[in-house]
Amino acid sequence: MSEITPDTVRHLASLARILVTEDEVETLAKELNVIVDAVATVKKAVSGDIKATSHPIPMANVYREDVVEPSLTQAEALSGAPDSADGRFRVAAILDED
Amino acid sequence: MAKEQLLSYEDALDKFEVVIGLEVHVELNTKSKMFCGCANVFGSEPNTNVCPICIALPGSLPAVNRKAVESSIAIGLALDCQIAPTGRFARKNYFYPDLAKNFQTSQYDEPIAFEGKIDIELESGEVHTVLIERAHMEEDAGKLTHVGGATGRIQGAEYSLVDYNRAGVPLVEIVTKPIFGAGDKAPELAAAYVRAIREIVKAMDVSDAKMERGNVRCDANVSLRPKGQEKLGTRTETKNVNSLRSVENAVRYEIQRQGYILANGGTITQETRHWHEDRGHTSSGRPKSDADDYRYFPEPDLVPVQPSKEWIEEIRASLPEMPSLRRRRLQEEWGFAELEFRDVVNSDLLDQVEDTVKAGAAPQAARKWWTGELARIANAENLVVQDLSITPLQVAQIQKLIDAGDLTDRMARDVVAGVLAGEGEPAQVIEKRGLKVVKDDGALIEAIDKALASQPDVLEKIREGKVQAAGAVIGAVMQAMRGQVDAARVRELILERASK
Ligand SMILES: [Zn+2]
Repeated sequence: MSEITPDTVRHLASLARILVTEDEVETLAKELNVIVDAVATVKKAVSGDIKATSHPIPMANVYREDVVEPSLTQAEALSGAPDSADGRFRVAAILDED
Repeated sequence: MAKEQLLSYEDALDKFEVVIGLEVHVELNTKSKMFCGCANVFGSEPNTNVCPICIALPGSLPAVNRKAVESSIAIGLALDCQIAPTGRFARKNYFYPDLAKNFQTSQYDEPIAFEGKIDIELESGEVHTVLIERAHMEEDAGKLTHVGGATGRIQGAEYSLVDYNRAGVPLVEIVTKPIFGAGDKAPELAAAYVRAIREIVKAMDVSDAKMERGNVRCDANVSLRPKGQEKLGTRTETKNVNSLRSVENAVRYEIQRQGYILANGGTITQETRHWHEDRGHTSSGRPKSDADDYRYFPEPDLVPVQPSKEWIEEIRASLPEMPSLRRRRLQEEWGFAELEFRDVVNSDLLDQVEDTVKAGAAPQAARKWWTGELARIANAENLVVQDLSITPLQVAQIQKLIDAGDLTDRMARDVVAGVLAGEGEPAQVIEKRGLKVVKDDGALIEAIDKALASQPDVLEKIREGKVQAAGAVIGAVMQAMRGQVDAARVRELILERASK
């Protein structure tokens, strides 16, 4: 039941922007397969006529009114940031996008 | 980046059929953001309209803005869409610092509105029905500023600065079905469609609809297929096309670029591309992610949206007249020639002219004020007419005084100048500047007599048929009366005198 190939791991790693070494690719592929297989056993317990449920509690239409509430100050907003400059969060540049 | 080779537009259209698809993002003008109470305003200091929810601090929970849902439903209804009786939000997962959560809260398989249509009229009068696939709710992302390697180091010198003020601003994304059959008009149709969406959301007042501020943004999908082929060609998605002109130019460019590749036996890479208006071309971006790569799943922190029939009908009833219908009606009511009407529309002056007419001015007079004198003044002062400090009511008041013969055209322009200079209402300006047509012919006749006395040969010349000789006397009289008389009336009186 192996669904996760080394290529899948590489692809997922690039989507998640995680640097993964070739050794790790092999290990992760094995580990992820174990997880996927474990989750797959849940399917066995479910018969075909049960719909996928995202919200088990029957509740809908919970809204807030369109009212402005106080925001953080700039200093508060940036206080947990590893790095900042010019009132903004400073992050490593990701090229070829945006 | 080097410009790619292009096929001539004519050759590309000769060989291929153009298929376009448009995704328009509309930023809603709600007071607060989509999922939190931070202000939805443009131009604040960076990271001052942010809170634990929109910068994704642990433990924070979103709550849906009712007004944003209402506006989204309204947009769906305006585009003739069906409104989903139940819909959910979904997480669109991606790793990019423009959103702090590592996902965008969006809608996936249950958009709030779907299967709509809109008629788009081209310059030639030709009408295309564009089918709408869906309109869904989502949130905008923060703004990144990329800072180059200023320290001179190649590696590690570049970074980006993030402002999350825009993160969480409500967006409605409107997606068309593939649009076929526009032929060489495809670029024009694309721009006309975006213009129509912009007009609609503006008329409905659900968005500020300023493209230059990014309130309305367009991604343009373009593909070509050999004529007669059923299967769609590989498409590219050009991002960052944020003016009507860019939409038209970007679509045209992609047609020519893809045309060259295909005509030379190449294949199109499915990718996102960026439009550079300044350089007039698109450049390759990243390969387009599959929907799978976003690993959409239902947002567990938000409950489903289930608008009641009553709410939907209430919103439908409150929709304003749609801009295209309104234009048709006004053109008929006003009886303007095609060019005159288009001038008003293109200058975005329909509201002003309509309000001036409503306040009692004749349509032609109202049009002339706004597209003529007022446009000229605005232009000279580097303003847009809409920003001049004169109201349609004031323009109508001034026009009524002209119609009643109380103001000459020249004096009316003086009154306008006074109003614009902040001297008060037209009546106050008239009072202050002493602008009143002298209606008492006594004073006028006295001035004419005086002028004729100093130019005794004029009456004789007029009697000999040289009517233009009256001009010199009219000039002298106007001067003597400081312009506060109607030149036509002066002329009339002189001719009357000559005929005696
Ligand atoms: Zn917030």
